[in-house]
Order: sequence, then C-alpha cells, then structure tokens
Amino acid sequence: MFRPRIIGFVCNWALPKRIEIPSFPRMKIYPKMQVVQVMCVGRIDPVIVLDTFAKGADGVLLVGCPLPDCHFVKGNIQAENKTKILKKLLSLTGLEPERLQLEWAYATEIEPFSTIVDAFRNHIIKLGQSPLVGENSDEKILSNILAAKNAVADFSLRVLTGREEELTEAMNAYGKRIPQEEFDDLLDEIVNREFLRHKIHLLTSQKLLSVKEIATIVNHRPALILRQIADMTSKHMIALDHVEETTPLYKALEVK
Amino acid sequence: MAEVKVGAVLVVGGGVAGIQAALDLADSGFKVYLLDQSPSIGGVMARLDKTFPTNDCSMCILAPKLVATGRHPNINLITKGELIELNGKAGNFEARVRKQSRYINESKCNGCGLCAQKCPIEAVDTFNENLSSRSAIYVDYPQAVPLKFTIDREKCIGCRTCQEICKTKAIEYDQQDSETVLKIGSIILAPGFEPFDATQKSEYGYGRYLNVVTSLEFERILSASGPYGGLVLRSSDGEIPKKIAFIQCVGSRDAQIGNNYCSAACCMYGIKEAIIAKEHVPIKLSCSIFYIDIRSYGKEFDDYYSRAQEEYNIRFVRSRPARITEDPRTNNLYLHYVEDGDPRIEEFDMVVLSIGMQAPKNVETLAKVLGIQLNGYNFCQTSVFSPVETSKPGIFVCGAFAAPKDIPESVAQASGAAAKAIAVIASERGKEIVEKEYKPERDVSQEEPRIGVFVCHCGINIGGVVNVLEVVEYVKKLSNVAYAEANLYTCSQDTQGIIRERIEEHDLNRVIVASCTPRTHEPLFRETVQEAGLNPYLFEMVNIRDQCSWVHMHQPKEATGKAKELVRSVIAKARLLKPLKKPIIKVTPIGLVLGGGVSGMTAALELAKQGFEIHLVEREKRLGGHLRQIRYMLEGRNPAEYLALLIEEVMKNKKIRIHLNAEVTEVNGFVGNFKSKISYDNGEEKEVENGIVIIATGATEYKPVEYLYGKSSGVMTQRELEEKLAEGEFKAETVVMIQCIGARTEAQPNCARICCGEALKNALKIKEIYPETEVYVLYKDMRSYGFKEDYYREASAKGVLFINYTDDKKPKVTNKNGKLEITFWEPIINEEITLEPDVIALSVATIPNPDNKRTAEMVKVPLTKDGFFLEAHMKLRPVDFQTDGIFLCGMAHSPKFVDESLAQACAAAARAGTIICKKTLEMEGAIAHVDENFCGGCRICENLCPYRAIEMKEKDGEVTAHIIEALCKGCGICGAACPTKAITMGHFTNEEIMAQVKATLLEEVKA
Repeated sequence: MFRPRIIGFVCNWALPKRIEIPSFPRMKIYPKMQVVQVMCVGRIDPVIVLDTFAKGADGVLLVGCPLPDCHFVKGNIQAENKTKILKKLLSLTGLEPERLQLEWAYATEIEPFSTIVDAFRNHIIKLGQSPLVGENSDEKILSNILAAKNAVADFSLRVLTGREEELTEAMNAYGKRIPQEEFDDLLDEIVNREFLRHKIHLLTSQKLLSVKEIATIVNHRPALILRQIADMTSKHMIALDHVEETTPLYKALEVK
Repeated sequence: MAEVKVGAVLVVGGGVAGIQAALDLADSGFKVYLLDQSPSIGGVMARLDKTFPTNDCSMCILAPKLVATGRHPNINLITKGELIELNGKAGNFEARVRKQSRYINESKCNGCGLCAQKCPIEAVDTFNENLSSRSAIYVDYPQAVPLKFTIDREKCIGCRTCQEICKTKAIEYDQQDSETVLKIGSIILAPGFEPFDATQKSEYGYGRYLNVVTSLEFERILSASGPYGGLVLRSSDGEIPKKIAFIQCVGSRDAQIGNNYCSAACCMYGIKEAIIAKEHVPIKLSCSIFYIDIRSYGKEFDDYYSRAQEEYNIRFVRSRPARITEDPRTNNLYLHYVEDGDPRIEEFDMVVLSIGMQAPKNVETLAKVLGIQLNGYNFCQTSVFSPVETSKPGIFVCGAFAAPKDIPESVAQASGAAAKAIAVIASERGKEIVEKEYKPERDVSQEEPRIGVFVCHCGINIGGVVNVLEVVEYVKKLSNVAYAEANLYTCSQDTQGIIRERIEEHDLNRVIVASCTPRTHEPLFRETVQEAGLNPYLFEMVNIRDQCSWVHMHQPKEATGKAKELVRSVIAKARLLKPLKKPIIKVTPIGLVLGGGVSGMTAALELAKQGFEIHLVEREKRLGGHLRQIRYMLEGRNPAEYLALLIEEVMKNKKIRIHLNAEVTEVNGFVGNFKSKISYDNGEEKEVENGIVIIATGATEYKPVEYLYGKSSGVMTQRELEEKLAEGEFKAETVVMIQCIGARTEAQPNCARICCGEALKNALKIKEIYPETEVYVLYKDMRSYGFKEDYYREASAKGVLFINYTDDKKPKVTNKNGKLEITFWEPIINEEITLEPDVIALSVATIPNPDNKRTAEMVKVPLTKDGFFLEAHMKLRPVDFQTDGIFLCGMAHSPKFVDESLAQACAAAARAGTIICKKTLEMEGAIAHVDENFCGGCRICENLCPYRAIEMKEKDGEVTAHIIEALCKGCGICGAACPTKAITMGHFTNEEIMAQVKATLLEEVKA
C-alpha cells in the first residue's frame, strides 16, 4: 500500500500539547505525518515548502492557529498569503496544488487536529505518490519546482507577499487601500512573470537555448519568451552567448 | 510708458530642436525655461540608433548637448510640464505652466537607480517602443537629462519599497502637481511630431502580425541599448530575419487618411535602417525598399542612396504595396504589390513600415492657449518668407512642428528661431542670468602635493561590486595622499560642500574623484575645487563605474583590484598636475557677412537687430542675389515685393555697413579677433576688424549642354521659362519639362533639391494662365517633400502628366526642320512616346559657386567633394564650421528654397551672436605649448592641426610654430607628431602620461 510521506510544518502553539504526553496515543498522528515544529506557521518561507517537495514529500501540511488567534499576532495571515502564492506557483509547475494545504487548529483540541491530518492524508493517498519521488521522477516538474523556488527566493515576490496585508488591509503610500481582487490579479501576473523568467533562467543555465527551443519546452508562444529575454537581459539574468546561423542562443547569468 | 521687456525665453519642447534653441539663447545671455512633457529631454532623437548620412550614433552625438543643457546655469528645465495659459504680448508674456508630480524630489534624487532595481512592478517601456518592460519607478534611458527618476502613478501600487530603499530620501508620494507663472519675453515652439499610428493602415497588418514593425520600433531593435541589444530579431520567434522589406510612405502622401504631405525624412531613414540592419546581421541579409519616389534631396543624400544600392546591395522597388498577409505557421509575411505592371506576391521574414510624422498630440489645445494658427494638417502655420514665425508676434517655431523635417534642418531652424526670439528682447540681454564668481585662486606652486581622494559608492552602482572602503584604505597608504574618504554619492550637493571643507581642513592641493564618467561629471567637480580656491586643472577623475563595477559586475574581487590600480595610476598623474590658465581673449563685437543675397542680408539684419555692427559685402552693384531672378513663388507670394522690403530694411539699418562692388580678399586672425580686407572693384581696399564671419556667398546655376540647349530656341531652363511666363512671352501648346539636368549625374551625383519645386511652380503657373496647354514632366523621382507634396497633387489634378525616366532610358530630343521632337519611354503603358513640344524646359541644377575654393582657402574651412562648404557636423552643427567663429548659411551650404535659406541665415546669426555677445571668451586651458628653442619650423603640426590653431611666425629669420590659444582644443595631435619634441600638452604632459602608465603597470602593492 502507498504510504505517503507528508511533512507537517506545525506551529508550536497549534500542535496539541497532549501529543507529547505519554498516555496519548501518538500513533494516531505520527505514523501519518512527520511533524516539523516551528514557532509560528508564518515562519514557513515558501522556499522551504518548495524545497520540501523537491526533496520528495508527497504532501506538505501547514498548521497554524486559527485566524484571529495567532500567538504572534498575525503570522497566520502571512502564512495564508504565502500559501496563496505557493498554490499559484504549484499550478504552474505541474505538481498538484492540493499537495499543499494550510489548516488551522487549536492546541487544546486533539480531535480536530487529527481529523485535519487524516483528511489531508487521505487526499494525498488519492493523489498518489509525488511525481518527484523514485527512480522515474518527473524531471520536468522537478525543474519547474526549482524555478518556482528561485522565483519565491527573488525580491519581487517576497516584497509583494510581505506587503500584501499592509496594502490590502491598511493603506498604500498614497493613502489608498488596494482592493483584494485587484491585488490578486496583480499577484497572478507577477507570479506568472517571475516563474517564467526563473524557468528560462534555469533552462539556460543548464544548456544554451534559443527562443524557439525555450518556447517549446515551456509551452508558450516564442514572442512571449523573447519579451522575457529582453527584460531578463536588462536585469542581468541572461545574456546572448552566440548566434548560430540565424538563431541567437542564450545563457543564464549568475544571479547575485 | 516705456515698454517693459523680459530677457527670458520659454522653449516648449525638449527634443533636439528645443535643446539647440535653448543653448543658443542661454549662450547669448538670456534666461531660458525649457519645457517638456516627458520626464526627460532628448525627444525622438534620443530613441534613434544611428543618423544619416554619417551613420553617427544618435545618442553619442546628442548626449553632449543633453549634458550641456542640463548643466547650463541659464537653462531651467521644466520636465513633465505643460503650458496652460498665456497672457501678455511680445516682449512681455506671462506663461502659466503646470508641472506634473514626479513623486520624486528632484533636488534629492541623484539617479543611482537602486529604486528601479528593486521595484516589483513593471510597465511597458514606451521609450523602447513597448518592446520591453521597465519598472514603475523609472528613468527613460541611462543618459537621460535630468537624471531624475519618476514614478509611473498609473502602475505604482504604493508599496513603499522605493521609499525604504532610497538612500537620499527622494521619494515623495504626497508630491502634488504644481503651477508656476513664468515671465518671459518671447516663446519658441518645438513640440516636435507624433509618429503616425500604423494600425490605421490595417492592410499592412501592424498590430496583428508580429513581424510587421514600425520604423521607430526598428530603431530600438537596431540600438545596442535597445531591447535586443542591437541584434535584429523577429518579434514572433526571436530569430534573425534573412529578408526584410521596408515600406515607405506609411501615413504620408496618403489622401485616404488625410496626410497628403510627405514626411520628408523617411526615405533617408529607411535607407539608413536597411544599411544598419545589414551591418548588424551576421548573415547575408536581403533588404528591399518599396517606395513611390526616393526623396534623398538633402546634402550628399544621393551619395548615401547610391552607396545603399552599390555597396550594400539594397534593392529598391518602385511600388506601393497593396497589402500584407501572414503565414500563420511561420509568421512570415507576403507582400502583395505591382511591379512593372505585373502583380506579385513576395515572402519576407520581417516588414518595417516607414511611418510618417503627424502634428503633435493635443496640439489644438496648445494652439488655443497660445493663440497661434495651425495649417490644414495641424502643423504650425508659417509663411515662406517668415519660416520660423507663427501667426502671433513674439512666438516662434522650429523643428518638425513647422513642417516634417530631418534633424539638421530642425537644428538650423532652432538656431534661427533663437535669433528671432532674441531680436524681440535684445535690449534685455544679460539681465535675467547669473554669473558665477569664484574666490581667488590659491598658489600651490611651492607646496608638496597633498592629494585628496573621494571614492563614490554611487548607491550600489559602484559599491555593489567594488569594495569601496577597501579602495579608500588602499589609497590612504599611497604617498602624497593626504586624505581619502568614501561617499554614498560624490556628486550630491552636500558632498560638494564636504569636498570644499576637506580641501580647507587638510590643505589639499590636488583632488581626485573616483566615480563615474568625466564626460558628465568632471565640470561639476572642477567647479567645486575652484570654489575652494584650487585651480580646476588640479582635479582628476577616475571612472571606476564604467570600467570596474559595470564591466566586471560578476567579479567583485577583480573589480576592486582594478579600481585600486586605476586610482593609483591617476594619483601618480595627480602628483605632477600643474595649474593651468584658461586664456581669456577679447572679442570684437562686429560681424562680417560675405554675400548680399537673401541669406546674407537676413543674417546681417538679425545680428544688427541684436545690436551688433555688421559689414555686409556684396560683389554685385546691388543687393538681392539669386532671389532677384525669381518671379513667382510656389506658395503664391510675391518675391519681388518681399525682396524690396528686405533690401530697404537692410539699407535703413544704421548698424549695417554695406560694401557693394566689393569682395573680401583676406581674413586673418581667429574667433573674436579677425582682421579682414575688403577690396572694391575700383581698386580701393579697406581693413576691418570683426569677431565672426558668415559665409553666404550663394550658389550658381548649371549651364546645360544637354537636349539642344542653346541650339534650339524652344529649349530653355526653368528660370528662363519663368521669365517668359512673367513677361507674358509664353506661348505653347505642349511643354515638356525634363528634371535632373546637371544633378544626379556622374559628374554631380547629388540632388539639387529645388528643381522639382521649380518645375511644379512653372507647371502650375502654365495651367493657371493657359489651362489648355499640355504639360509633361519627365522625372527620376519627384522630390516635392514636406507640404510641397500638395502642389504635386494639385498639378496632377490639373492634368500635368508626370512620367518617370531612368538613366538607361533617358529622353531624346531632336530638332527636325525647326520643330522640336522628344521621344521618351512611358513605363506604365510600356511604350515609347514621341511628342512635338513647343517648349522643352530643363530643370537645371544649382551648383556650387565657383569662387568657393578661393573663399574656403581664405577663411581656412573645408568644402565637400561636390564643392559646397562643409559644415562642422552634418547633423548637429549645420551652420558652424570646425574653425570657431566662422558660420555658413544659404546656398553656399547646399541648394535650398528661400524659406530654408532664411531659417539658416537666422541660425547663422544666432550662432554668431553667441560669440560676439561676449566681451571676452574663456578658452580651454589644457592646450598645446611650443618651446620656440626646440621648434625646427617643419610645419608638420600646422598641417596636422584639425582646428588650424597653429600658425608659423618668422622671427629673426627663423620660422617657428605658434599656438593660437583661442583655437587650440587640446587634442594633442601636434604634440604626438612633433619631431623635435618642442610641443608640450597642458594637463596631458608626457611625464604625466608616463607616470600614469608606470603606476598602472606596477604590481599591486601588498597591503
């Protein structure tokens, strides 16, 4: 039977304390999920989540305190915003976004906690093994995950997630609140842009490629790829290596 | 009540025309407000890759002007500005200007660019014609003036990232739009043009087909700083095209869309783009240009056209394509066109649409605010005898807004408009400007070198790569370095204060700044050390940005090492630096104008209006020149009437001394200090002193030997035909005109520019008086550029038949028993036609004045290979010579219409005025010196000097070289060539250079 490898990043304050008491049937949870305890679910850097998938997790469950009750005031809101971006990114990589889940739990209640874990585990069993596990792991998805990881490690997306709450809940620099919908549209656009650029970067760091070749690999119109290359060039992410006949070949530059 | 005037001018539009006008005005002692809608000046020229016919890099030749404008103490840049109200009248206007918020404090922003690197939001980069993206906080291009960032409020989400990152605290999200009222005496309009929107020509698929691009997009594609780094790529797939078609006249010469006029510059830029594309593409590229007429009518333009055909194998197809279709699989394009009567379909990888010029956007509003009239195409209304004047006194116009035109003509017209704007307020010269005063210079000759080194982080521009603090620690250990420090921004206003303080505190007598390029920043730092009492030549600059952090951005360690070496080498030079004096020469405020035609008279009159005395020398017994022979104008005005008024005005002007029946036979001396000899026909001679010389000696008409001219009375030149028409002696049932007589031939390869217009003028006159007369015009290309295209259209409509001929099928004229017969090939019906015309009118070329050679030798300026005078720079210095103080206008420059001569004459006056308005001129201090004891008098230096700054003088029987300090630019060519090493170069002595070399080559000193 398929035994999914699930990593649970669980907030110190959402993890029921009784799990640590010997009388408690720990077996109920531990065989189902490997818990990585953190101070706050808001600590979970998207880079860590994507890395966890890259290393072979079948599912990642983030558990934090329910919305108004974050032990650290608003780490859970941060976790929510990051999960949103991560799910957008996962959908671009080809790995099922449902393999990542953010849930809330109170430290005082065991049952809801184990229900959450069970439900998630069942869902992952349904999805089956991660395509990144095993001998025949999917190279394409793996490289997409790496690109996504680089995208969330880059400045733009981090700034946007970091400031989302401030901009949509409080005020921007012009004293205006940005409607959530508008912000999400913008975020979509930038997630797409950053993922594609880091994907191109990753591909060209492995091999010199032309616009058309990249377009075929990432399944986008070559015109869009050319546009990205123009922008990436001005950001010193990529450079022309040489021209073969009528085809310019590009190589990634090391990003500082 | 005495009329109050204001010595300030508002220039609307900061493209190359506006910039030129602003510089001329400011250099003439007037305050200038230069207003532009964009966040930076530079206009369209800043976006071009190369410029015809010299293929100079557009930005490279424009940047020095941008810098000069940005730094000029008398030019106040108002960017993101708009004129919203105007009151008052010529001499005393009040202009209300609205300035859009940049959301950036301009005095704090130093253009480091950190904000743009970190901004998470992107927008389409309009500067790159939407081919790439930029940040929501941006500057149009790296050399932009002012180098101040702007927030794109439409895009900015207000995330405060830039505010937190900006080290100078320049971001001001709450900055509001502001309004100011400017008091000015006159106004110059230079708002330029709006490129034609190619989606209007839907048959060409622009906007639908990715590989159909406009010529402006193609400029960006060609540009090394453009989206593709200068590689020509197809937008659809990033491949290099093998076959490109250029379609001319998109949005020009097109009655359907209402743009009947010709956009005047597209033929040349189309050819240029094809040439540059071929140079940029590593494979064999085929370029085809589809055209109606190739209008390469400017100076040496036909030369360029021939080179395109012969050297670059560019194919020219006389056809206006009907439409373009696309192969959706390959995104290749099919051009549907008709050639030689046959419909064809040809496949191309890429198509460039040569889009025309339209009147600037929102120009009606501007016209309303100003109260000026527009013409039928919404360009500025001007008239042929007042080409730079709008319909309202005190408001002048230049550049493409007056009519579509290329860069040199815009520049000439801009200077011309400056002359006119000055004339309104000449009495107020110097009243609104500031002159800088420095404290007395400290004598450092007895001091040991005490060098202060200031190393710039430039935010992270340098500091992000080069370890600046390490460089500082390193240089502190070098001998003679008395002080060193790092600055976040060495160029900032407060650092200037710091540098001055350090000079005092540490008794510094040499200062080095290690930062960016001396081209933009050296003047600033020189000024700073001068303010602290040091001679400006005791300053040196090291460029560790371009040469270290930029080119070695991925090797921080090596970049730091290189920065140390560069600074070390310049320290070695700095130890030897000597203070230099900038020679001050006095200026004779008198002008000498050669030639009393319309150009010479206008130039003289404009200078006289500015208050200068002028000697106007004319060889004939009366003034008037070539215009005397013109009986009609194409535009319908009466030339005789105009000429009479002009002559009267010149004769009445007490400042102008007219010398008739006279020639200038000697011009000696140099800028500001010429001594010239005027020789009269009666043998008398007169010596005059003058500060400038304007050459306006005109041109002459080609005497035809072709087509039985002189052998048959029915064959005449256009001028003779014009005279017959004017005198009522014309009688003919059939007239055939033949174009390009004596022009575009092997002997005289260039176009004579005005003959097509003359033919149209006479053809229309004939049709006006004798509508029954049949008129045929046999032409190679009808070059009725600009708004003259309307007359071409009118002539066609009135039944004038235009028939194209080529050099291999020239018309044949015979005289059969006293009857003229002409046979020519009619390409549309593909047949030979024979007519028996009563009159054959030859459109003969305007050719150089045969005296040009003598005049050129006399004033020591060059001629083109055709024999016209050769200006300092074909693009940006159209009326100057390389030799300072000598200027050029009218047909001596090249053939041109009266309005063009007038604009150029005003331009020459404006340029000359910038010199003679000054009592003294401060010249370059880093110049050559000759040690007479060593000089062997070999004259090698004299011949090599590009500025004719060396003269040979005889003393005690020995001839030695002397530097004319006023002319020397300090290039050092003479010094490098001197066989006896008698010449030393100030600021770049052999010792200084070698000290620098030795210090560079030294192994790095182990710290």
